[in-house]
Amino acid sequence: MSALLDIAALTIRFGGLVAVNRVDIKIEKGELVGLIGPNGAGKTTCFNMLTGVYEPTSGTICLEGKNINGLAPHQICSKGVARTFQNIRLFKSMTVLENLLVSLHRERGYSLAEALFGLGRFGKREQEMRTKAMEILRMLGLDHRAHLPASSLPYGEQRKVEIARALATSPKLLLLDEPAAGMNPSETAQLAKDIQKIRKDFDITVLLIEHDMSLVMKICERIYVLDYGQLIAQGKPEEIKRDPRVIEAYLGGGLGGEQHA
Amino acid sequence: MNYLDYLIPLLQLLCMNVILAASLNVINGYCGLFSIGHAGFFAIGAYAAAAGSKLLMPEFAAAQPALALIACVMIGAAAAGLAGLVVGIPCLRLTGDYLAIATVGFGEIIRIVLLNTEAVGASRGFPGIVLLTGKWFPLWVLLFTVGSLYFIHRLMRSSTGRAILSIREDEIAARSMGINVRFYKTFAFVVGAFFAGLSGGFFAHHSQFIHPSNFNFMISVMVLLMIVVGGMGSQMGAVLGAIIVTLLPEALRFSETLSSIRMLIFGLIMILVVLWQPQGLMGFYRKLFATRKAEHA
Amino acid sequence: MSEFVQYLVNGFAQGSIYALIALGYTMVYGILKLINFAHGEIYMIGGYCGIFLLSTLGLPFWAALMLAMPIVGIFAVLIERFAYRPLRGAPRIAPLITAIGVSIVLLELTRLVAGAQPRPFPQPFEDMSYELGNWIPALDGVIIQRNQIMVFIIAIVLMVLLNAIVMKTKIGRAMRALSMDFDASRLMGVPIDRVIAFTFFIGASLAGAGGMLVGMYYNQVEPYMGQLAGLKAFTAAVLGGIGVIPGAVIGAFILSISEALVVGYSESSYRDAIAFAILIVVLMFRPWGILGRPERVKV
Repeated sequence: MSALLDIAALTIRFGGLVAVNRVDIKIEKGELVGLIGPNGAGKTTCFNMLTGVYEPTSGTICLEGKNINGLAPHQICSKGVARTFQNIRLFKSMTVLENLLVSLHRERGYSLAEALFGLGRFGKREQEMRTKAMEILRMLGLDHRAHLPASSLPYGEQRKVEIARALATSPKLLLLDEPAAGMNPSETAQLAKDIQKIRKDFDITVLLIEHDMSLVMKICERIYVLDYGQLIAQGKPEEIKRDPRVIEAYLGGGLGGEQHA
Repeated sequence: MNYLDYLIPLLQLLCMNVILAASLNVINGYCGLFSIGHAGFFAIGAYAAAAGSKLLMPEFAAAQPALALIACVMIGAAAAGLAGLVVGIPCLRLTGDYLAIATVGFGEIIRIVLLNTEAVGASRGFPGIVLLTGKWFPLWVLLFTVGSLYFIHRLMRSSTGRAILSIREDEIAARSMGINVRFYKTFAFVVGAFFAGLSGGFFAHHSQFIHPSNFNFMISVMVLLMIVVGGMGSQMGAVLGAIIVTLLPEALRFSETLSSIRMLIFGLIMILVVLWQPQGLMGFYRKLFATRKAEHA
Repeated sequence: MSEFVQYLVNGFAQGSIYALIALGYTMVYGILKLINFAHGEIYMIGGYCGIFLLSTLGLPFWAALMLAMPIVGIFAVLIERFAYRPLRGAPRIAPLITAIGVSIVLLELTRLVAGAQPRPFPQPFEDMSYELGNWIPALDGVIIQRNQIMVFIIAIVLMVLLNAIVMKTKIGRAMRALSMDFDASRLMGVPIDRVIAFTFFIGASLAGAGGMLVGMYYNQVEPYMGQLAGLKAFTAAVLGGIGVIPGAVIGAFILSISEALVVGYSESSYRDAIAFAILIVVLMFRPWGILGRPERVKV
């Protein structure tokens, strides 16, 4: 049985800049893995390649043994990879519920003609989609917000709606891009619980980019560390904490003495 | 009876404008694309329908005017929809203002090609289109207008409609949530072109004479004005906008001066709406409604 | 051979005028990312301004040109102030719509004031033409009109001036900075409002000069002349690479020469379709144009 996600020698170049350089990441089904690194290390760029927003210059991305390299974002989504965005990208003027319904579009199960005449499976399937979306919202404690425009929610809840919307695509692998950004410590603690609960309830694998070390160290089973597009360390949280290269990357130092925390 | 001779053609024109505005609203308002070449699709619908009723099936049209009318406007709509597909596939790779200018280009190319096509009268225009169904014509126009509004409404209430809206809201997020953005952009574009063509089909029979100059850039601008005034992204807004833009010139008829400066008035309205009420009439209405609700609470 | 050269000559004269208009499009787009739809009307007003200064006030040609340019320039500054500046933070569609509105208003005002019929443009220079065959036997039959030479020379002089302003002056440096990074320039203390106003002023002045030259070249101006010319000049700007100043000039000459060749060798009624065909082909395959660079969307 091959790993759920197997990234090998992943590289992308923007002009002369090598943003991500020969990165290997392997994730087994059910794991909760962290991807950390200083600003500009190439973490989000990795996510963008994983979800087809950018096409890698070289290297392979395999999902359950099948190469998904070069597929369009919507195709990768249908293969079972969903993501959230660092700089929240909700469908602002649509309601929270509608945000999730967009993710359920693939499984609508009725034809255009049925929709236009309101016949056949249309009514029943629409109802089922709504039920499913409400269920996800309930699990994340957002059901009372279902009919509000997404943009009217407080920041922390918008981050949660992002997660709910990604979950609605029924992913095998969930990519979370800095879900705790802008949250206070108590909200972050709640988020940690939520992520663990989601993993259990939805039976999915999670890859998490995060700056908040307390969150990553607390919930991730394994961690990859990127710096300047290179993978500099990987292992269990305790190992990462003690790794001299990681400490150096985070505290600056190095040859140039550059600060980039 | 005299006022009916004035009123009925006016209402027919109003209906055609309602369809036009609602169709452009699908592209610009719901999908968030910016097309200003709508006159081109309107033209293709008109010419295809006219060719249908005059060249393809004159005998059938004489024998079965109602069926022939339906067939002709559907030919017009289908031809325009096809043109939408042909224009849309390459153009929709572009975004924002580049798309806007490309649609202007296509609109003009369509007009210039018509101006040079002998089979449809070239610069002499296309005369002698029979007003099929005679006195029943207004009813058919009305029926198709209501039908168009209904189907667009149903479309937007479906999952496909939500996919189209999600593209307007955030293209990258839509893509990552599994929406085939290229496909649904093209789809919205084709739907818009289809209904513009339908409107064109009725226009050809309503005017009985069409000429490429009926479909110049100004027509596209007027349709844009309708949805801007009404409020983009709202079907009700599109209808209201079409009513205002169609009836305002009639209301100005009492004065020759006002009548001669109506385009100037339209231009000013366009600027002022965007500056002061960017969501158009519907936005104004919603704001009013929201403050009322807040007062009650 | 001489036929071909004749088309080239015609193309170059027309191209100089397109270039003057295209420069305004490309400068404004470079800084504000706005397609200033009203720019074609500015050019048209330049033509009418020329008639007014030449016939009504009886000014000599050079004085009229020197006056017409700042007059339409101020026009454009006012338009920017009242129709575009309030929308600077709004979605990019919003100023595009007001620009269309402004273009209608200008067109209609001109039509109401000056009438819808073409107006004859007073001829400042004696009609004269030169037969190239007199000097180069191979080019027998090629005729260059004096007006063509004047149009070309004036346009080139103005472009050289523009280049000097953009490359050598302080405000020109500010313009270049704004077009590279709007936000950074603002943080560095570039007075953006003033620089943008100046950009509109310069762009409109050039278009106004274009309007006067076209009036001189075709002996008339009319209210509708700005629409098509505007779209064509925009095409030229896109073709050359929008935002890139030399690109606008290159694009304008490519466009006008293609038009002249099509008119010469095939159907002249398709002349106006050329621009749009070029526009669409460029947008499809190289939307950043000949001298431009592709942009990447950040996620």
